[in-house]
Amino acid sequence: MSSADTLEAFKRDGRIVIVGASLAGLRTAEALRDKGFTGSLTMIGDELGEPYDRPPLSKQVLTGWVPADGTVLPRRRDIDAEWLLGVPADGLDLATNHVHLADGREVPFDRMLISTGVRARPWFVEAEAALDGVFVVRTREDAEGLQQAMAAGPSRVLIIGAGFTGSEIASICRERDIAVTVAELAPAPLVGGLGAMIGEVAADIQRAHGVDLRCGVKVTQLEGDAQGHFRRAHFDDGSTVDADVAVVALGGIRNTEWLRDSGLAVGIWGVACDAGCRAFDLNGLVTDDIFVAGDVARCPNPIYEYRFISLEHWANAVEQAEIAAHNMLSAQADRWPHLSIPTFWSIQFGINIKSVGVPTFADEVVVTQGSVPDHRFVAAYGYQGRVTAAVSFNNAKWLDHYRQLIETAAPFPPPCPTPDTPADAKPVPVDFPGPTLLAQGATVVVTGHDPGERRVTAMRQHR
Amino acid sequence: MTTTEAPDLLHRILDYSSRSDPYPLYAELRETPVALQEDGSYVISTYREIAGILHNPHLSSDVRNLSRPMPGAEERATPSFINLDPPEHDRLRRLAMRHFGPPHTPGLVSGMAPDLTNIVSSLIDDFAGKEQIDIVDDFAYPFPVTVICHLLGVPREDEPRFRVWVNAIIDSINYDPKTDPKEKLDNGVQATKDLRQYLGGLLEQRHGHPGDDLLTRFANDDGPDGRMTDEEIISTANLLLIAGHETTVNLITNGMLTLLRHPQVLQRLRDEPDLVVPLVEELLRYEPPVHIIPWRAAYSDITVADTVIPKGSQIMLMLASGSRDPDRFGDPDRFDPDRQDNQHLGFGSGIHLCFGGPMARLETQIALTELVRRLEGPRLVADPPPYRPSPVLRGPIHLPIEQS
Amino acid sequence: MKVVVDLSRCQGYAQCAFLAPDAFRMHGEEALMYNPNPDDVQREQVLRAAAACPLQAILVDQLEGRDAPVEATPS
Repeated sequence: MSSADTLEAFKRDGRIVIVGASLAGLRTAEALRDKGFTGSLTMIGDELGEPYDRPPLSKQVLTGWVPADGTVLPRRRDIDAEWLLGVPADGLDLATNHVHLADGREVPFDRMLISTGVRARPWFVEAEAALDGVFVVRTREDAEGLQQAMAAGPSRVLIIGAGFTGSEIASICRERDIAVTVAELAPAPLVGGLGAMIGEVAADIQRAHGVDLRCGVKVTQLEGDAQGHFRRAHFDDGSTVDADVAVVALGGIRNTEWLRDSGLAVGIWGVACDAGCRAFDLNGLVTDDIFVAGDVARCPNPIYEYRFISLEHWANAVEQAEIAAHNMLSAQADRWPHLSIPTFWSIQFGINIKSVGVPTFADEVVVTQGSVPDHRFVAAYGYQGRVTAAVSFNNAKWLDHYRQLIETAAPFPPPCPTPDTPADAKPVPVDFPGPTLLAQGATVVVTGHDPGERRVTAMRQHR
Repeated sequence: MTTTEAPDLLHRILDYSSRSDPYPLYAELRETPVALQEDGSYVISTYREIAGILHNPHLSSDVRNLSRPMPGAEERATPSFINLDPPEHDRLRRLAMRHFGPPHTPGLVSGMAPDLTNIVSSLIDDFAGKEQIDIVDDFAYPFPVTVICHLLGVPREDEPRFRVWVNAIIDSINYDPKTDPKEKLDNGVQATKDLRQYLGGLLEQRHGHPGDDLLTRFANDDGPDGRMTDEEIISTANLLLIAGHETTVNLITNGMLTLLRHPQVLQRLRDEPDLVVPLVEELLRYEPPVHIIPWRAAYSDITVADTVIPKGSQIMLMLASGSRDPDRFGDPDRFDPDRQDNQHLGFGSGIHLCFGGPMARLETQIALTELVRRLEGPRLVADPPPYRPSPVLRGPIHLPIEQS
Repeated sequence: MKVVVDLSRCQGYAQCAFLAPDAFRMHGEEALMYNPNPDDVQREQVLRAAAACPLQAILVDQLEGRDAPVEATPS
C-alpha cells in the first residue's frame, strides 16, 4: 500500500483521540470533520459538561450579567464524537498507542491530540487555600463561587497578583463598587507581560479607579477566623489587609503531569512540539502521531529566532487547532506551519488592551500613536532594531498595521511619523522583571557517548 | 514595482459612459494594484492593499497633508471628522457618537426599527394606482431623507432647498480641473457655504433648548470631552445630513435593481425574509453605494505592495474594485446572498468606517423586505437604468418599474 | 442561543452593539462585553449583529437543538 493509500485509509477508518475537551480540543475536532475525517473521534476531558469558553468567566460572569454555566461554546458543526468526560487521562503509552484514564480504562488511538491546557496555580499553603473565601479563577465552578462571594457584599476583596486576570477581576470589583486591594510582587501591574512603561500606565489606571494597589509586596499568609473563613492577609513588609474574599491570580500550571512517563518532551513549560504541532519526544525528535495544541503547547516561532514559546492566548488555541487538524490528515509534504503572529486582548477599567506579537521578546518600547495620559495609544516593541510586538490601549484599529511591521521585520523604532505621533516619542528600555522566555531551569540530562547512543532522560526533581 | 498605468484607464472609469458597469474596468485596474497616475497620484484597487492601507496610520484624511493642494480646498470650511486625522478625528467622532450609538446611546438605531417600518409602509401605500413606480423618487430617496431629517432635527419640508446644495456638492467631489468646467467646482463651494449657513441658522435656535434631535444634543452636550464648537457642529451636521441619505439612496436602489436582475433571489427573499440580513451584506460587496474614496494623503512615505508612495502624494482607493477582487472573494462577480466570510469594503474599514453603517443596514433591510413583500410581479422598465453622474457615490438616478 | 466572539479579531467597531444592544455592550469606547448565551427572543437581533461584524468575528451555534454529548459515567 502506498503512503497515499495509508493516509486515505486513516482518514476513512482511523482512530483519533483528543485529550482535553476545551477550546483547542473542540476546534480541532470540528476541523478534522470539516477536512473529511470520517473515522472514530474520542473526546476526553476531566470536566463534566460541554466545552465552554473561559475568557467571560473573569468578566461577564463576575459582573453577574451572565451565569457561569452560560458560556458553553457554540459549535461550527457536528463532530460525531464519543465523549469521555469527567475523568482525567493519567498516562500515555506510545509503545502501544493507548491513553490511560484515571478510572483504569484504556483508549487506543492511531493519532492523538494533547490539549490539556493549564489549571490555576493555587495558593502555596494548602490549608490557607482551603479557607472559605479564597478563590482561583479558571473553571466555571471557580467563577460561580467568586461571583456569589462578590454578590454577598464583601467588605473588601484582596487580589493576589496583578497580571491580566487579577487586573480584570479588580476592574469588576470596582464596577460592582466593591473595595479592592491588589497585591503584586512586581513594581506595577501587567509588568510581566507588557514591561515597565505600560505597567506604570496600568498602575495609574487602577489607582484612578479606586483600587488600593500595593506593588513590590508579597503576601505571606492568609489568615482565617474560627469558622474557617478568610479574614486577613499578611504582607512581607509587616502590614496586613482585612478582607472577606481573596482571589489568587498567580497564573497557571500546565497540565502535563499525566505525560511524565510518556517519553514526550514535557515539563513545567508545556509539551514541546514543532511548528506543525507535532510533539517532540524526550530526545527532541519529532513524533508522527502525537500532536499538541492550545495553552499546553510550546512551539518554536521562526519570527522570534525559532525560540520555543507557549502562549495562553485564545487565538493561539484556535489557530493551532486548525494547524493540528490539517497536519493530522496530511502527508509530510502538505503540512502547514503555525506562523500567525500572536494576538491577545484584555478588557479592564473600560479599556480594551490588545497586543500583537510577543511583547516579552523586546528590549525597547516606544509610544508611536496617541496619548498615554488619555489612555488611548499604541506602543511598539523592538528587539535589536526590528519591530517584534505592539500594544494598544483603546486603539485596536491600528494593530493590523503593526502586525505587518512584525511580519516584515520592519525597523525599530518605526522611522516615519503619523499624524498623532507624540511629540516626545522616544524609545525606552522595556524592562521586564526577569527572564521570561529563556530557560526556566534544566529539565533533562543527556547520557551516552556515541551518536547512536546519546539519549535524553527527564529529571524528576523539578516541580 | 511602481508601474505607470495606461493613463486613460482611470479616466475611462470616471467617465459617465462607464457608470452602468464599471466592473470590467476595475478588473483591468487590479492588474496593477498600486497604479501611479500621470498627475502623480496613486490608485489602489486590490482588496488586501486597500484593507491594509486603511489601517495604516501614515495614511492621512486631511487635505492639508497633500503636497499639491486640492482645488477649492482653501475655500471650504472647517473639515468634518471624515476629513481629519487622530486625535481630532477621534475626538469629534466620539462627540458625535455619544448621541448616536454605543457606548453612550446604544439602543437608538435598533429602537428606530418600528418607525422605519412605518415610513416604508406609507411610501409603499402611495404606490397604489401608479402605472409606473420610480424606486428612486418614490421610495429610496424620500425614505432616508425623512429619517435623517428627523434624527438631525432638520425640517423635512426644507428638503427642496438643501437638495439643490447637496447635488452641487456631490457633483464637485470628483472635480477634475482638466476636464470639468470651473463652474462645477464653484457651484460646489458655494453650495457648501449655503448649506452651512442654513445649518447654522437651525443650530442657533437649539442652544439652551432641550430636545432629542442630534443638533440639539450636540448644542447642549456636557460629556467628558466637552462640547463641539458651533463650527464643528455645523461641519458634523453637514456630513451626517449628506452621508445620511445620499449613500442609502444608492444602497436601496442598487438592491432593488440587483434583486430584479436575480429573480430567484427575489423570490427567496419573499419566502424567507431572514435572508435579507446576509443579502444586504452581499449587496454592500457586490453593488456598494460608495465606489471610491477619492483622495487620501500620504502623511509620510508609505510602502504598498512593494511600491513606495512618497509623502504628500494623493491616494485614491477603489473600494468597489477591492470588494470584487478574485484574490479575496471566490467567484466575485456572482451575487450570492449565502456567501460566507464576506468581509466586504462596503463601509470602508479602520477608524473611518462608515459612521451611519448600522442605520443604513437597518434601513435597507427593512426597505428591501417590504418592497419584495408588497410589490406584485415587479419588473424593470429599462436595464441598465439611467445613472447619477457621480462615479464616487454611484447609483441609478431613476429606477422605473412596473407591476403586473 | 450560544455565541462566541473572537475578541482577538474584534477591533471595537461596535456594529453588534448597535444592532443587538441587549446581547452586545461596549465597555468604554472599544471593549466589547457580550452575552455568550442570549435569550432566543434576541435571535433575530443577534444574527443581524453577527452578519454586520466587519471582522466576521461573531460565531453563532450552527447546531440548534442537537443532542448534548453523552457525559461519561465515572465507573
